[in-house]
Amino acid sequence: MIRLVDVSKEFKTKDTKIKAADRINLEIKDGEIFGIIGFSGAGKSTLVRCINLLERPTEGKVYLDDLELTSASKKELLKARRNIGMIFQQFNLLEQKSVIENICYPLLISGVRKKEALTRARQMLELVELTEKENSYPSQLSGGQKQRVAIARALATNPKYLLCDEATSALDPLTTRNILELLETINKKLGVTIVVITHELKVVEQICDRVAVMSNGKIEEEGKVEEIFLSPKSETGRKLVLPDSNSGAAPTRDYLRIVFDGQSSFEPVFANLISELGIKLNILGANTEDIGGKAYGQLLIERPDESNVKKVRDYLDKTKVSFEEVFVSKEVISA
Amino acid sequence: MNIKIINLLITGIGETFYMVVASTVISYILGIPLGVLVYATDKNGICQNSFVNRIVGLVINLVRSVPFLILLVAILPFTRAIVGTTIGSSASVVPLVVAATPFVARMVEASLKEVNHGVVEAAQAMGSTGWQIISKVLVPEAKPSLLVGMTIAFTTILGYSAMAGFVGGGGLGAIAVNYGYYRYQTKVMLITVALLVLIVQIFQEGGLKLASYIDKRIKR
Ligand SMILES: Nc1ncnc2c1ncn2[C@@H]1O[C@H](COP(=O)(O)OP(=O)(O)OP(=O)(O)O)[C@@H](O)[C@H]1O
Ligand SMILES: [Mg+2]
Repeated sequence: MIRLVDVSKEFKTKDTKIKAADRINLEIKDGEIFGIIGFSGAGKSTLVRCINLLERPTEGKVYLDDLELTSASKKELLKARRNIGMIFQQFNLLEQKSVIENICYPLLISGVRKKEALTRARQMLELVELTEKENSYPSQLSGGQKQRVAIARALATNPKYLLCDEATSALDPLTTRNILELLETINKKLGVTIVVITHELKVVEQICDRVAVMSNGKIEEEGKVEEIFLSPKSETGRKLVLPDSNSGAAPTRDYLRIVFDGQSSFEPVFANLISELGIKLNILGANTEDIGGKAYGQLLIERPDESNVKKVRDYLDKTKVSFEEVFVSKEVISA
Repeated sequence: MNIKIINLLITGIGETFYMVVASTVISYILGIPLGVLVYATDKNGICQNSFVNRIVGLVINLVRSVPFLILLVAILPFTRAIVGTTIGSSASVVPLVVAATPFVARMVEASLKEVNHGVVEAAQAMGSTGWQIISKVLVPEAKPSLLVGMTIAFTTILGYSAMAGFVGGGGLGAIAVNYGYYRYQTKVMLITVALLVLIVQIFQEGGLKLASYIDKRIKR
């Protein structure tokens, strides 16, 4: 379990002070994949770096299981860090060392003998499916392959926790999906607790169990991914989930938001709705993805007149599809 | 040109090599720890210590700002205390090392600064101690750049060694001064200059080639 209690981090620059993390309270349970999402500058990296004390909080306490890291001795901290793997957006591999040497590094510094380290490193390479690249150098690998090596390296010492700071942000969508699948496997098979930092909703959707929405150094809301995706309560949450009203992509009329959060993608929900109710519905926008036979995303349809809204509502309730009514006129007034 | 001069030049080359190689090696033995110290104690470094950083930085800058010829003369008593004489190639090594060490320290510091900070951070996140980061991450990652620095240091020391020839040091510099300057034998002087140029070329080229050969960031 990772527990943050009233953690704050203040950066002092020449003339200003920035509170990058502001009285954060968070509990990450063993075995879960926890997401931290927010826009750039929200303080996500700062927060995750406070967990392994790469950044020392100016206030508050950080606990790893029963150990309070913020008051641990240097030796205890180093030992604790070996129990927390970390991967980064820019991979951060040792560029003058080969793939296998990179994976051996954390083992060798923790006193494992060379021969055993090599055996273990090869097992890790197998896990990330890169055995043929054992003797390559990072410069000879693609971004996705580099991240796989970074994952193998982070997990070589068999840590209980893995922190991922924008681990897929430098990768294309397909590679992103592969890496996320790998992370999911690691979570399921090895039982590693994973903390995922991202600004992309689809990353959270695909692998996280719970998520915290962050903005201005504060956690605005926190909960199960389905809940937040279905009905985001905080302003940042709504900005992330609802279509962006600044980009012009958002509907200007009232609409219904039908949310797909993992139903079978083989079921034609929308087509059934229309044919069964026999009403004409106008699609305003759609953003859905099929991930492993499951549908994720949302479908926006123009709000029909009141009697038809009721029909749609009843039908969706009956088929257990989540939806939300969004009133644009009201939002404009409140904004 | 007679045999005597040829022998003289051969001895000169040998002495120059001895002086320059010995000085480079010793100033690296002293300069690497010094450079690492300045790098590590800098703000945001791996063991910040602004007091140590300022003191060491000040000493380095002080020595570096003294012109070599003046330094050479100023530390004559020190030189005599160490090698017992102030004349000859061995005596030149002392001022060369004193002048080159701070220079080397700055070169080492610059090379270490080139190492991507993210890599250092990743090593910290894996629970590396400060010493492990220095010995297993920073120095190996900076190796190609350190090697380039070394070729630059070598040529600079070679230039200094010729100056040492003016005040009783040995090597090609002394020959150029004794024959070209005091005896007006321009030909001998030109030959020594050509030899110096050749040595610089060989080391410069060789050093850079080797640096790029060992650099794994270059795709091949
Ligand atoms: N070392 C530092 N010194 C001063 N300010 C900093 C430092 N690190 C971060 N900040 C500031 O803290 C705030 C949060 O930064 P942080 O990197 O945690 O954001 P982020 O949510 O990770 O953003 P991104 O998605 O762009 O990575 C920013 O305003 C940033 O400028
Ligand atoms: Mg960040």
